[in-house]
Amino acid sequence: MQCDVCGKKKATVHLTEIVDQQMSEMHLCEECARQKSVQMEQQFGLADLLAGLADMGSKGTPAKDAAAAAKTAALTCAKCALSYDDFRKFGRLGCGHCYISFKEQLEALLKKIHGSNHHLGKMIAKSKKTSLTTTKLRKDDLTSLRQDLQEAIHSEDFEKAATIRDKIRDMEKKEK
Amino acid sequence: MRLDDLINHTGEWLKGSGPYAHIVTSSRVRLARNLASFPFPNKSGKKELDEVLEVVDKAVSQIELLKDCANFHIVDMDSVDRQFLVERHLMSHDHASNPEGKGVVISKEEILSIMINEEDHLRIQVMQSGLNLTETWKIINAIDDALSNKLGYAFYPEWGFLTACPTNTGTAMRGSVMLHLPALVMTKQISKVLTAISKLSFASRGFYGEGTQASGNFYQISNQVSLGHSEDDIIQNINGLIKQIIEQEEQARQALLLQNRPMLEDKICRSYGLLKHAHIISSQETTELLSMVRLGIDMGILKDVGHKIINQLFLMIQPAHLQKIEGKKLNAFERDTKRASLIRQKLGG
Repeated sequence: MQCDVCGKKKATVHLTEIVDQQMSEMHLCEECARQKSVQMEQQFGLADLLAGLADMGSKGTPAKDAAAAAKTAALTCAKCALSYDDFRKFGRLGCGHCYISFKEQLEALLKKIHGSNHHLGKMIAKSKKTSLTTTKLRKDDLTSLRQDLQEAIHSEDFEKAATIRDKIRDMEKKEK
Repeated sequence: MRLDDLINHTGEWLKGSGPYAHIVTSSRVRLARNLASFPFPNKSGKKELDEVLEVVDKAVSQIELLKDCANFHIVDMDSVDRQFLVERHLMSHDHASNPEGKGVVISKEEILSIMINEEDHLRIQVMQSGLNLTETWKIINAIDDALSNKLGYAFYPEWGFLTACPTNTGTAMRGSVMLHLPALVMTKQISKVLTAISKLSFASRGFYGEGTQASGNFYQISNQVSLGHSEDDIIQNINGLIKQIIEQEEQARQALLLQNRPMLEDKICRSYGLLKHAHIISSQETTELLSMVRLGIDMGILKDVGHKIINQLFLMIQPAHLQKIEGKKLNAFERDTKRASLIRQKLGG
C-alpha cells in the first residue's frame, strides 16, 4: 500500500481519525506520518476540523463556491485585523470583535460544533463597564432573534419558539 | 502563601472523600473568560499581555472571596516550580512552557486556580474531591460573578462568553470528572466505554488533560458542547453519564472477584509488596502499581492503607515534586531511587 500523502513510499503508519462520529482512515509513510503528527500536536487537528466544518454546507456551483470562498477568506476583523483565512488556518479567533466581523461564518460554524447557536447559559453579571453588549448589538440581536422566532414557528418547532420568545421578552425588558 | 508551603499539604481535591470516592477521584469545573477591551492572548504582544496581567491582578486583589490567594507571574518561577504546578493540576503544560506575560492565582486549599493569559485571558478552575460537580459549579459561579463585576468580559447575549476557540464559546464551561477505572481496563471493556462516551459528545482524556495518555487507569471525562445548554443542564448530563460509568466499573469489579478472586488478590498484594520494598522505581511503574493498590483498598482487599495517602502519592512521585522535596535538581536515576525511598517511607515498608 502506498502513502496517501506523497503517493511514493510504502505506507507503514495507519491512522484512524474520528471526527463527529465519522471515522476516516489514512495510510502514511513514516516521513509523512511524522509531519502529520507535528501538525496534530500543534493544533490537535482543530484547524483542519474547523476548515472542514466551515466549508461544509455551502451549496451552489463550484465556480460560485470558489468566488464565495475567496470573498470569505479575504474578510478581516475590523478591530484586531485577523483575517478569516488565518482563523481557518490556526483555529483561533483574535478578539471578541471577531465574533461580529465573522458573524455569518461563525453562526454556521458554532451550530456545527455545538448543535446550536443560541446561548442558554449564564448571562453576564450587571457591570458598570460596557463589554461587547452595546445597544447597537442588542438591536441586531433582537432582529435576528425575531427572524429565528418566525422560522421556528414556520417549522412548527414550538418548544424552540417559546425559548426564543422568552429571550426576546427578557431583552426588551432590559432595554426599557 | 509560598509555593514551597504546598509541598507538605494535600489539595482539597485529593482528600479521597466525597460521593463515589471509590471510583471518582475529583470533579473539576473550568470557565474561559476574556476581557472585552483587549485582543485574545494569541493576538496580543508583550505589552498587551502585561496590561491584562496588571488589570486582572488588581481585580483579584480587590475581591474578598480571593483574599487568601497567592498570585504568581510565571516568568519569575524556575522550571521546577513551573512543572510542580503542572503536576498539581494547577496550570497547564502550555502555560508553563510559554511563560511570557502569564500568571496564575492559587487558593490556599488548592480548590481554585486562575490561569491568566493562557489560551483565553482567564481560565478559572475549581476542583473538589469525589463526584461533586454541582457544588463545584456553585463555588466557581460565585468567583466568576465577583470577577465579572470588576472586569468587562467579552460577552454577546446570543452566543454567551466569547473565547479564542469557538469550541468553547457559550457557557465556556468544561465540567470534568477524574475516574479510576481499573476493572474496566482489566476486563477489556474500556474501549467500548470510551467509544460510547465520544458518541455522546463527551471527551475522555488522560491524567494530565488534553493530549495526555491515560496512566494508572485514570480517565478524565468532560463535556464537549458548551453552547445551547445551560451550565446546570451540562452538569446534569455529565452526572448522568458518570453514574452509568461508575455502575459499569462496579459490575466489572464484581465480575473480577467472581471469576478469579485469588488472582486478583495476588495482583493487588504483589503491587503493594513491590511498592513497599522497591529501591529503584520509575514513575510509570509506580502509577500502575498504585492503581492496583487503590483498587485493593476500594474492594476491601487491603485494609491497612487509606485513599488519601495513595492519592497523595500519585502526585508526590512526579519528577518536580521529588525535586521540591529533595530541595535540588535530580537526574532520572536519582529520581527513581528517591521515589522508591519516599514510597517506602509513606507506606511504612
